[in-house]
Amino acid sequence: MSRLNVAKIREDFPILRRRVRGKPLVYLDNAATSQKPRQVIQALVDYYENRNANVHRGVHSLSEEATNMVEAVRAKTAKFIGAADPRTVIFTRNATESINLVAHGWGRKYLKAGDEVVLTEMEHHSNLVPWQLLAKERGLVLKYVPVELDGTLSLDKVRATVTAKTKLFGFVALSNALGTVNPVAEMIKIGKSVGAVVLVDACQWAPHRKMDVQAWGADFVAFSAHKMLGPTGIGVLWGREDLLESMDPFLGGGDMISRVTLEGATWNELPYKFEAGTPNIADAIAFGPALDYLSALGLDAVAEHEERLAAMAVKLLEAEPSVTVLGPKDPAKRSGVVSFNIAGLHPHDVGTSFDLEGVAVRVGHHCCQPLMHKLQCGGTARASFYLYNDESDVEALGRALNRTLDFFKIRPKAGVL
Amino acid sequence: MEGDAELQDLYREVLLDYFRSTSRKGKLDPADVRAHGINPVCGDELEITARREGGKIAALRYAGHGCVISQASAAMMGEALEGKTEAKARELVKAFKKMMLENAPVASLPEELEPLSSLEGVRKFPLRVKCATLAWNTIAQGLDAAPAAKEA
Repeated sequence: MSRLNVAKIREDFPILRRRVRGKPLVYLDNAATSQKPRQVIQALVDYYENRNANVHRGVHSLSEEATNMVEAVRAKTAKFIGAADPRTVIFTRNATESINLVAHGWGRKYLKAGDEVVLTEMEHHSNLVPWQLLAKERGLVLKYVPVELDGTLSLDKVRATVTAKTKLFGFVALSNALGTVNPVAEMIKIGKSVGAVVLVDACQWAPHRKMDVQAWGADFVAFSAHKMLGPTGIGVLWGREDLLESMDPFLGGGDMISRVTLEGATWNELPYKFEAGTPNIADAIAFGPALDYLSALGLDAVAEHEERLAAMAVKLLEAEPSVTVLGPKDPAKRSGVVSFNIAGLHPHDVGTSFDLEGVAVRVGHHCCQPLMHKLQCGGTARASFYLYNDESDVEALGRALNRTLDFFKIRPKAGVL
Repeated sequence: MEGDAELQDLYREVLLDYFRSTSRKGKLDPADVRAHGINPVCGDELEITARREGGKIAALRYAGHGCVISQASAAMMGEALEGKTEAKARELVKAFKKMMLENAPVASLPEELEPLSSLEGVRKFPLRVKCATLAWNTIAQGLDAAPAAKEA
């Protein structure tokens, strides 16, 4: 049994009451973005109705209030991820921007021609393209830890690829495409043992599993609020303080400066050095109740709940001979993400057919084209679970599957054999 | 099953037949027209090759992995464009896109595109319209990139 009271949780998510194509919405696209509880939605409305003001500028009460609210969420975020100092929590637009910030602020300052950057074949495009762009500009050497055919990474291959020449090692903590849970702590240790700077893409980790950035010992950790009940448009970069201090700014403008003359400028202190211009005040504030919501439920209970649903889904899918479930077989290495293919049917047709049953799954390459290429599939259909899903959602997935198999004559109809 | 009506409306029998047909699958080598199309939404790739003869498109083949809609659309396109002059082919591309993108009535499709009316249901799924038009955009690109010698 689940430790979560899902019926009660569902009441907090107004969108779960809507219908799609005449059927109740069954939302299984949580790895793309999560739904938002009313607490988050109300915080947005409350900010615009009662507190709207720019931050770090005015001396008037409203501005002070808005500033305090943003800073309170920064402190809350720091606590949530195990960061001792809120100044090391930078608000960005999303995890993609967080990674680009590292590539520009740290990479452009410290990486030179011939330096090696190691990534993995499992990366989301957001942790590939910024480095490819920088590699082209600076003549860096990009290397990739190969992914195993079961969708896992081998620590031996990590050790073989991450060497004394590696200046940066960046990798995804939990695969958005396959649900693979990577051995993050061990991988960070390998990176640190050769003196590399280690960047962790924790987009899929942060919403589902406890993280303690300082115990991990990583240098940079990136994630997005919108995948963890928060609003879109707000992301986080956590960085080691001395690295952040030594880096150059990413974007220039207001708020990030200490003093500007016509000849030049000096930079503001952390974290403002990296937050140029009016920040995303409303969404930063509304991220607070999202963190409260997750903390109240407890991430351990959340992970346990969704992994149980995912295991049920795997069982149901694997009972069909025409269905292949990708990713690790070992449940301990899999999160609440289930990626699958139906023989002879393109993922897009699967997605549309499921949608007609009200079941929202993601189909395609999941922004992981190199990974799909390695696994020799153009894409997959992906069901991803979260804290408001329940057994009836798994049953709906089963109904959609049966209907799809019947309609496309992937298997003979029962009794017609 | 009552819900299947929606599936049947989208994936009409004609469409599934063309999807399964292999008569125009593959690549022509040598070819006079060669074009590569990508659907950025799903990453599907389609390669279209065609041969010219006497001012007409003599043969057209499509290769690549794709969904029912994109593959069936490519198969129907091959059938419709073979034997047509390039000017006629461009006209048909335009007419088909008008039906898919501007909601032009299916009845206004030229007679040569009659089977394409089976893609009508796709218009209710805006994201899937790109699947239906992929082959057509690709051949248009190919014809532009390799204009026919002025003979006919």
